[in-house]
Amino acid sequence: MLRLPAIALAALLFAFPAMAQMPALGETVDSKERLQIGMSTSEIAITSDFHGADLTIFGTVDYADELLMAIGQYDIVVALEGPKDNTTVRKKERLFGIWVNRRAMTFEMVPESYSISSTRAVDTIAVEQELNERGVGLNHIPLRAVGFVGNAANLGEFRDAYRRLKQTHGLYERDPSGVRFVSPTLFRATLRLPANIPNGVHTVRAFLFKSGVFVGEQQLPLRVVKTGIEQAITDAARETPFAYGLFAVLMAIITGWSASILFRKD
Amino acid sequence: MSIYLPIAELSVNIFVILGMGAAVGFLSGMFGVGGGFLITPLLIFYNIPPVVAVATGANQVVASSVSGALSHFRRGTLDVKLGTVLLIGGLVGATVGIWIFSLLRSLGQLDLFISLLYVVFLGTVGGLMLLESLNAMRRTRRNETVTLKKPGQHSWVHRLPLKMRFKKSKIYLSVIPIIALGFAIGILTSVMGVGGGFIMVPAMIYLLRIPTNVVVGTSLFQIIFVTAYTTVVQATTNYSVDIVLAFILMVAGVVGAQYGVRVGQKLRGEQLRALLGLLVLAVGLRLAVALVVTPSDLFSIAIGGVGN
Repeated sequence: MLRLPAIALAALLFAFPAMAQMPALGETVDSKERLQIGMSTSEIAITSDFHGADLTIFGTVDYADELLMAIGQYDIVVALEGPKDNTTVRKKERLFGIWVNRRAMTFEMVPESYSISSTRAVDTIAVEQELNERGVGLNHIPLRAVGFVGNAANLGEFRDAYRRLKQTHGLYERDPSGVRFVSPTLFRATLRLPANIPNGVHTVRAFLFKSGVFVGEQQLPLRVVKTGIEQAITDAARETPFAYGLFAVLMAIITGWSASILFRKD
Repeated sequence: MSIYLPIAELSVNIFVILGMGAAVGFLSGMFGVGGGFLITPLLIFYNIPPVVAVATGANQVVASSVSGALSHFRRGTLDVKLGTVLLIGGLVGATVGIWIFSLLRSLGQLDLFISLLYVVFLGTVGGLMLLESLNAMRRTRRNETVTLKKPGQHSWVHRLPLKMRFKKSKIYLSVIPIIALGFAIGILTSVMGVGGGFIMVPAMIYLLRIPTNVVVGTSLFQIIFVTAYTTVVQATTNYSVDIVLAFILMVAGVVGAQYGVRVGQKLRGEQLRALLGLLVLAVGLRLAVALVVTPSDLFSIAIGGVGN
């Protein structure tokens, strides 16, 4: 009769490790899996005839559970975030018959470009709260309005407009099937670089999720450098604006002067 | 063939820009105007950001006014002293104009303001030119002689103090209205990207009673310096001068102008003015329509800003 509780205790002991693998939402588990990513370069030079390209990133999930991997419980999300800056969204309203920018909202330090690839649609990988917390996904990038006062409906309207315009301009992109496992532990992520990709230091961020729970993140910097005559002009206009302005005037004077000599009638 | 404009940050068809420059140059040669007031709206129609269109327009006007002023200088129809007084007002005006320009840009109202100014100026100038030329045509049909007000007549302008003698123009005039005119044109140069000849020339003739023969050359002289100054200041404050765009426009423009001059000499004056009046009105109307029609997207985004 005394053996029964002992069996029950043993069953409980066996049950515990299994329960530990099903944690509560939002909790970070101390998993044994490790995410590693690598790129062939940390800098890409873009020429003036650049019409967009694909960036490939390889990565591995070390110490992954073979069974969970086989049934597709691991999800990878790789995002390329552009340089961050404040961005103002303006809305036109009709005033005395004409369309005038009447309302504006400035979002704090948002990436100028954002390209995201994942093993499946980001919103099906983890719950919204988790995605918002990590800032993973087009609809989950933190958009904090500077000195915002007003009602929440208003804020939503401007956030939606921001995301829509960024996607229209091709600066925000997503590919829900851009990450593929090429072997049980090795994956390849393909990120789209838009033609109008901004100059500067971008960040590659890779996230590993296991059964919808965040496991780990890896980051790598990627420097985007534009080259060519057009970029040299842009640099001159930005860095030595006075000399650039003088040069523009000089060019105009020479053009006008040579025209008056060339077409002189007498 | 498309070419990338580094400052406007977009690709354009080089032939469209060449055609635009040549057409405006042709018209400016034909009608004896700078053409800045046509170039800037045309660039805006071609989706060049208004900030870039205005600054680049000013740069392009430098080239067209240099070649014009040089030929007037050779003919001796340029009053350097009068031009210098105009220029003092012009430089101050351009500085104030740039300040207004940057302020409006930070408020997000620049595009609207530029369009409104163009609608008002093009509408007024185009309407007046058309009316005046239609009246002139009616008079010639009835064989009436045109009675212009004589240049010798005096107005309130001639009773102002601080008078100065301008030998070449053969006038004795207060510097106050000259500086004020230069100031007003200076503001227009930096905000609209125009030389302002289409307003300055009539103002000099009808308001200041300056002899017609020196008016065009002298106004071109002041336009060179004010537009050059505006170009440099726009480049340093708004980084909005696109030299690739400006260069294509000015080369096409100066060539077009030479042919325009030849055609212009064959056409009758009042017909020419009626045509120009119609053209100016049409451009103004096109801009006015754009302000009223519901935009395809009510929202717009711009990098920067510190919030309210």
